[in-house]
Amino acid sequence: MGLVGRSVPRADGPAKVTGTARYVDDFTRPGVLLGATLRSPVARGRLRGIRRDPAFDWAGVTVVTAEDVPVNVVALIEEDQPVLASDEVRHAYEPVALVAAEDPVRLARALRALTPEIEPLPPVLTVADALARKAQIHGPDNVFATYRISKGDAAQAIAQSPVRLTGRYRTPHQEQLYIEPQGMLAFWDANGAHLVGSLQCPFYVHKGVKRAFSLDDARVDVTQAVTGGAFGGKEEYPTLLALHALLLAKKSGCPVKMIYGRQEDIEATTKRHPCEVTIESGCDREGNLSAVSIRVLMDGGAYVTLTPVVLSRAALHAAGAYRWEHVAIEAVAVATNTPPNGAFRGFGAPQTIWAIERHMDRIARELSFDPLELREKNLLRVGDTTPTGQFLKESVGVQRCVEEAKKASGWDRKRAALGPAAPARPVSALIRRTAPGASAPRKVRGIGASVFLHGAGFTGSGERRLQGRVAIDMLRDFPGKKPLFRIRTASTDIGQGTETVFRQIAAEALWVSMDRVEFAVPSSSVVPDSGPTVASRTVMIVGSIVERAARELFGRIEHERQKRGGSFDDAALRLLAGKGPIVAEKMYETPEDLAWDDETYRGDAYPVFAWGCDVAEVEVDLDTFETTVLGFWAAVDAGKAIHPLQCKGQIEGGTLQAIGWALNEKLVVQDGRILNARMATYIVPTSLDAPRFTTVLVEDPYSKGPGGGAKGIGELPMDGGAPAIAAAIEHATGIVRDDLPLLPEDLFAARRTPA
Amino acid sequence: MRIAFVLNGQKRAVDAPPLTRLLDLLRGPLGLTGTKEGCGEGECGSCTVLVDGVPVNACLVVAGQCDGRTVLTVEGLGTEDGLSDLQEAFVKEGGTQCGICTPGFLMAAHALLTANPQPGEGEIRESIAGNVCRCTGYQRIVESIRHAVKERTSRESG
Repeated sequence: MGLVGRSVPRADGPAKVTGTARYVDDFTRPGVLLGATLRSPVARGRLRGIRRDPAFDWAGVTVVTAEDVPVNVVALIEEDQPVLASDEVRHAYEPVALVAAEDPVRLARALRALTPEIEPLPPVLTVADALARKAQIHGPDNVFATYRISKGDAAQAIAQSPVRLTGRYRTPHQEQLYIEPQGMLAFWDANGAHLVGSLQCPFYVHKGVKRAFSLDDARVDVTQAVTGGAFGGKEEYPTLLALHALLLAKKSGCPVKMIYGRQEDIEATTKRHPCEVTIESGCDREGNLSAVSIRVLMDGGAYVTLTPVVLSRAALHAAGAYRWEHVAIEAVAVATNTPPNGAFRGFGAPQTIWAIERHMDRIARELSFDPLELREKNLLRVGDTTPTGQFLKESVGVQRCVEEAKKASGWDRKRAALGPAAPARPVSALIRRTAPGASAPRKVRGIGASVFLHGAGFTGSGERRLQGRVAIDMLRDFPGKKPLFRIRTASTDIGQGTETVFRQIAAEALWVSMDRVEFAVPSSSVVPDSGPTVASRTVMIVGSIVERAARELFGRIEHERQKRGGSFDDAALRLLAGKGPIVAEKMYETPEDLAWDDETYRGDAYPVFAWGCDVAEVEVDLDTFETTVLGFWAAVDAGKAIHPLQCKGQIEGGTLQAIGWALNEKLVVQDGRILNARMATYIVPTSLDAPRFTTVLVEDPYSKGPGGGAKGIGELPMDGGAPAIAAAIEHATGIVRDDLPLLPEDLFAARRTPA
Repeated sequence: MRIAFVLNGQKRAVDAPPLTRLLDLLRGPLGLTGTKEGCGEGECGSCTVLVDGVPVNACLVVAGQCDGRTVLTVEGLGTEDGLSDLQEAFVKEGGTQCGICTPGFLMAAHALLTANPQPGEGEIRESIAGNVCRCTGYQRIVESIRHAVKERTSRESG
């Protein structure tokens, strides 16, 4: 059919461009109440009670507190987070009570008439204070998780290396800033609990509701509304919001809708984990890397949420896309009294890739190497092993990515034209050169690069445990002339284009046109659990299940056709005329040769990696220290691009989030409270900040990927943008920044710091 | 207050407090939920509609100001079976991903192309600078608008 590899019109496009697509706030039900959340104003304290203003008219207002929660836990990795705080408050904005009323004005007044009575306790606000056990806020040592990865003898190999370099690299919070704030509509009926919401993972919510309300599987129904962006921010958080809305609905006896305002969304929901990475490396004078020792420290916030998994992915990506014979990685995440951090595109990897890529630039500077030449010399190839001992069997397209990015960006020509690398051009000299009246330019240009990898799918034995499932039904269309097919999966379309790509994969395998393949609305009562929509796993893992289910159906129809003749459609209709529904349901089959040991952190960390090389060209204004990105080139090994246009859309969008993290976004946190929780003050890039992107798709197929070899690339582009920008700024100005962000004030402050 | 205006080409009159946000008037009593709220303070541009042809943030305009004016929302551009050329370009060229910002971008682009049928890339980027998209990196949105311009040009010259 030739559907795979073709950029067909987006399946959900017409509804989205005409405004008929229904997001959670576009749903309503008769008698619906609006819900809101009363939150803690302090980072830590003892909750003594909730005071209700006796002068307020409470008629028709529902108030819910911890006493109303049947089982007061949010079921995630651990059950340390309460649905509503009952005793100790552990972070600012922590929910302490809920309120519902019939209109927004009454709701706002009722919320103001409630006051949490909290006796403050000294909070732990930094990683250093957590490690020093300034107060005990989680377990015996405030540590959420620790991972160690070891290969060879890093300490000894570094000691024996001719060139030993150390660096420390920090990255701050980042807000997902999906344009649609979190929202949920909840109601109860004779069948149990019902939810419609903006979410990534219907079965995460399903699990949380079952636990908190002690309900059976069949009595919880979770349906995804069209979701206005997520980026990880709607992975685990919607479970909490769903529980809140259901509590209010239960107590009031009415449907309840909760839609967060922007400020509340930025303050209360999860963010990217702040991280500090210390790297010590050893190599020779010719630029051959030998050994690396890496320590990762992550701030998990007040509750565990997904922190151990984020930390694990950070550790597994910390050595970058390079061959090291000796590796020692230690990764630790701690608790602080700040809002819990959680999933955000990249999931720990952008933090450690930032560090290793800045460190590679440090080595290149020390050895006077071209930064890409140093990287190319040490790139992982087929046949190499990663720090966990994973043998790379296939689909390592990173060398081609570097070549394509160099070619597209004119790397060699521009590096030559722009002159020597940073150390020869300290910014003080530039500033002197460009003093008022001087003829030298007041804007300087530079070009920088990054090389990176991202493991697709759940880590280690995760996919084996998940057992993701997909079903495809064969149905009779109206008026029954042709069979239709319907994909049922819990993989949600959150903008990345799941519906379109899955329909392409299924239609191709069934040899039918795409309009004969439907995509069922992900509802936990209708679709099997395909696992969560996370970890760059949707196309590669779940897409491969879609493909197998479609092939099985095709085989059944083809068998019938060969037996009794007629066309494909005749055979399909004959099958439909028989007894029972025609369904193919398939479960993910982990490739047999993948092995992973959770205890030793040895083995195949991921089924396969996607690879990328970014090149950024920037201009820095030496008066204002503003950075303009003049051009951005990304080459990505996607295995096989099933929908090239959408694939490029993922790369460009993810890259701009990374550029925003570097150049625009800065979350200001003081005493555990966020000072700039508005779009007017937390700045993300606009069309004028965004560069023109040139995206090259490299296809080094993965033998187990759908559509002829697709790999997951949803998160990969988040990894490379920031270090490429930092490298370009360094090349332009001589300012070496090891910490994000790179806002004008940060560059100004750093301008005197020698490399 | 009685507010009479032309909405998507049709005369409409509604009773509403004059300080009702235009956004709430559209999404509530008028049932037009295509206009989206992203921030409520005029930063994200998701609620962009045209008042007398000028893009405004419907979260910052009050209903009383619309009396006697012409208001165009995304529902007035085209339908799923009859997309406008601009809408079709967004579907084909990757101009929409999650879609929540899309109606706002379409309204800003529609205003641009009405005023300037042959915009360059800089003018396109300038015209949508009040709209925030977190999914696309803007490139496919710019391409979608350029595609619509090209189609119009070739139609007119052909």
